[in-house]
Amino acid sequence: MGVQRQRLAEGGRIDRGHSLDFTFNGKRYTGYAGDTLASALLANGVMLVGRSFKFHRPRGILSAGAEEPNALVQLGAGARSEPNLRATQVELFDGLEAASVNCWPSVRFDIGAIGDRLSRILPAGFYYKTFMWPARLWPRYESLIRGAAGLGRAPEAADPDRYEKRHVHCDVLVAGGGPAGLAAALAAGRTGARVILADEQNEFGGALLGLRATIKRGRALGWVADAVAELAALDEVRLLKRGMVFGYYDHDYLGVVERVTDHLGPAAEPGTPRQILWKVRAKQVVLATGAHERPLVFADNDRPGVMLASAAQAYVNRYAVKPGERVVFFTAHDGAYQAALDLADAGVRIAAVVDLRPGPEGRLINKVRGRGAEVIGGHAIVAVHGARRVSGVEIMRLDYTANGVLGAPRRIRCDLVCMSGGWNPALHLFSQSRGKPRFDPEQACFVPAESARAVRSAGACNGAFRLADCLAQGFAAGAAAARDAGFGDGEPPAAPKAPEPESAPPRPVWRVPSIGAKARGNKHFVDFQNDVTAADVALAAREGYDSVEHLKRYTTAGMGTDQGKTGNVNALAILAQVTGAEISDVGTTTFRPPYTPVGFGVLAGRCIGKLWEPARLTAIHQWHRANGAVFEDVGQWKRPWYYPREGESMDAAVRRECAAVRTSLGIVDASTLGKIDIQGPDALELLNRVYTNAWDTLEIGRCRYGLMLGEDGMVFDDGVTSRLGKNHYHMTTTTGGAARVFAWLEEWLQTEWPSLKVYLTSVTTQWAVVAVAGPNARRLLAELCRDIDLSRAAFPFMSWREGTVAGIPARVFRVSFSGEVAYEINVQSSHGLALWQALMAAGAKYGVTPYGTEAMHVLRAEKGYIVVGHDTDGSVTPLDLGMGWIVSAKKRDFIGRRSLIRPGIARSDRKQLVGLLTEDPREVLPEGAQIVSEVRPEPPMPMAGHVTSSYWSPALGRSIAMALLQGGLARRGETVTISLAGKNVRAEVTEPRFYDPEGERLRG
Amino acid sequence: MFLIECPWCGPRDESEFDCGGEAHIERPADPAELSDEAWADYLFMRTNPKGRHRERWVHACGCRRWFNIERDTVSHRITAVYRMGRKPPGRR
Ligand SMILES: [Zn+2]
Repeated sequence: MGVQRQRLAEGGRIDRGHSLDFTFNGKRYTGYAGDTLASALLANGVMLVGRSFKFHRPRGILSAGAEEPNALVQLGAGARSEPNLRATQVELFDGLEAASVNCWPSVRFDIGAIGDRLSRILPAGFYYKTFMWPARLWPRYESLIRGAAGLGRAPEAADPDRYEKRHVHCDVLVAGGGPAGLAAALAAGRTGARVILADEQNEFGGALLGLRATIKRGRALGWVADAVAELAALDEVRLLKRGMVFGYYDHDYLGVVERVTDHLGPAAEPGTPRQILWKVRAKQVVLATGAHERPLVFADNDRPGVMLASAAQAYVNRYAVKPGERVVFFTAHDGAYQAALDLADAGVRIAAVVDLRPGPEGRLINKVRGRGAEVIGGHAIVAVHGARRVSGVEIMRLDYTANGVLGAPRRIRCDLVCMSGGWNPALHLFSQSRGKPRFDPEQACFVPAESARAVRSAGACNGAFRLADCLAQGFAAGAAAARDAGFGDGEPPAAPKAPEPESAPPRPVWRVPSIGAKARGNKHFVDFQNDVTAADVALAAREGYDSVEHLKRYTTAGMGTDQGKTGNVNALAILAQVTGAEISDVGTTTFRPPYTPVGFGVLAGRCIGKLWEPARLTAIHQWHRANGAVFEDVGQWKRPWYYPREGESMDAAVRRECAAVRTSLGIVDASTLGKIDIQGPDALELLNRVYTNAWDTLEIGRCRYGLMLGEDGMVFDDGVTSRLGKNHYHMTTTTGGAARVFAWLEEWLQTEWPSLKVYLTSVTTQWAVVAVAGPNARRLLAELCRDIDLSRAAFPFMSWREGTVAGIPARVFRVSFSGEVAYEINVQSSHGLALWQALMAAGAKYGVTPYGTEAMHVLRAEKGYIVVGHDTDGSVTPLDLGMGWIVSAKKRDFIGRRSLIRPGIARSDRKQLVGLLTEDPREVLPEGAQIVSEVRPEPPMPMAGHVTSSYWSPALGRSIAMALLQGGLARRGETVTISLAGKNVRAEVTEPRFYDPEGERLRG
Repeated sequence: MFLIECPWCGPRDESEFDCGGEAHIERPADPAELSDEAWADYLFMRTNPKGRHRERWVHACGCRRWFNIERDTVSHRITAVYRMGRKPPGRR
């Protein structure tokens, strides 16, 4: 068990009465409630937390927040395991288990460290260069490199947790609950506006939680507590702590992930959602997202024990942890001096403050000097000693250009280096909102410029780094946002006083010079997570990758899971320096959501498994299930695929079902067919415009097959439409095309033909449809239907009659998709099951056999009936299908007609529908198999077409296939070769009609 | 995700709508009269501007009505919503 030897005796926002046990890399430690994993590790004296991605250099905790590039951990085990979490943001709970994501075989020793020695062969773009030749070895290099690199493991089991989504509207969304965000929420909330204040941390206060600041002559955190209490009492204000605003999307739509139980671990109440995804539509947005401290880019700035100054300050003040015993500060501005005072007060010895600015002066600096610390102006750290932990630094005097150093190095012993290069406003959400940042040379950082949406920035994310300014900007932004949303007069409340010493801006020294030879491995890290150095940036620029987007992709700077929060500005500033450009001209790369990684679980929410998509079931579904049907998904429908008997294979079942239809009687649930009720005086005109054939002659009581084309002339859908009355038609579509056809007809009516008087109603689910097919279909129907004359003359093929079947009012359509005499009986859906059961009972004497979609397909293929989307693919015209007979020559216009006479469509070498009979009748070709025009020993071979439908035909006792073949209509009788893996199959080209080609049976 | 003001239902999320592409492309009165080029122009050619774009949308998960909008393709700001058959506001 580790000891919390770095824990301070008092202070901090931790609960010393509530200790928590946890393990890190298999070792047991103890921390306190209120700790993060990082602060608890530091309290136990653990600084080394992982290895770097490319060079496997030892790495320590750099930050205390979302920007952490090094301390990435895998949390938990098994199905709940989560990779790449930032230890600086993981709240400690009892029983927490964590491991470094990148330290195989151990964090203290690993063979990957050899990468550091070999770093000369791993420069920028090393993927693209070193390992590219010979190309055939690339897969081996890649797996080697990636295996050595690795970054966490995805859990293998399904996620057992529940996640929820909430959709909300608000007047003002405030992102960030530091001083500026709280002020904005107060100003907006007091007007009565609906306000959401979301902050990623476990409590509000933002940076104040890590500072010892003063507001209104009291502790700043007292003001925070008052503000939170006031907000909590406002009815229209919603406070979302642990709520990270991760994305800013179009029209002020923002995503927030609220971590509901992550911080509780196993103690979470069962049934509570682990996280909630809030989808917020805001009228106005205030961004108060703060700033990230910028590292300095000096030699070996990645050694464990080199930390951001503000992070060390937060560890001392907020978590009561001393991150070291003897510290050297390295700074470009005044900001680090308050941190130095806080560390000194906590008992950390200040060995020196090394300031890049010559002659730093001011009250704060004098206070630090007053504590006995040496302040060394105009100097830089040129080397860091210690591999697994800092043991000291070397400093030298900067020359006046700051590109070189002078004099002799001086060594200072320390176990902690706190660096501060200034602040980078967190522009992520602002940039995602399509706002444009600009470079502020005075403060040496990017700040928001033009907003593209209803968004304001306040506080540090707006370049205001003084507390009083944060408060004032927050109040002003909140009041203005509320006013623009229709609340209040926009007048901000008076901001409380927040005294701070004056503070001078930083001296930007983007790349701190050093003296170390390259061979010593000293590297100036820019992007810690992806191991990108200043030398890599310079190399990329020399090689011509001098735009910031190219730089990013070539060096991978900013492409880690931290998206370069600490490194991006340094990288582009160094690029500007190397290329002699202005930073403002180099610009930033595009910020993209999410701000920090978001798990897939919460994005999916409850829409998983059965709730992913609703299943559509027919009225007869329960019968199918009870009778052993195997189901097939057709669009959203569950359709019986086949009905195997005990021990029966699929093939055997399908053969039996087909045989029943051909020899006696089959029954199929066809309820899923799309059905559209068409009424109005212009109904006929609509049919004439959307079908290729003419409809004027269709009499009431008759049915007609029709083909619809897209305006490009390609087959879009097909189906039978029947005339119910003078101005009344019943259209059927394919099962999969029902919604598409309905929407498409509506589009034409509403956008092009608003003058047509015709109304469409989707009636797909109003009717249950049962088709009975086979030589005994008429006999069966006659037993159950007394009020329709079923004789061939009175009720011919392609007509429909109204009557009762088994006592149920029905529309009976004499159409056939099997080639046998068949009736499609339509009844109100609620009677579907009763109809089916009546037909089954009465049909028993004929051996009535339910058949599924597979037998249906075999039967239709034997007849050569196409299925749109199966035998066609959006590039097939009716002429290609040999269906020129259905294209009216008389109609001057219909949708797609003009396209049929475009030269490319009229070519004779287009792929056209043919039948194929393999030389070996037992060979069933796979659908999609390629017909080749020349057989070669191995692919590629010139392709001439492909198989679209292929089955074993029980009726013919052999295989049959349909195919699209170049120039196929003129190639009947030819033999073609189909190339399969391992063999070539020869087949004869035929008409795509194999069974009863004259159609005598179905008219019988 | 856009917030689209359906002329019939009011402001709704984009996920309730489908986009039908560029608006004001009229189907030629007599396609048979057209040259191949003119027909191809109707069929395939679209303006794809950077900036103001008029397009038609349908409130597919709502009232199922088609209407037109004018949208800036860079900022996605919707500057006008108008019913089918109406002229776009301030037609240039
Ligand atoms: Zn609507």
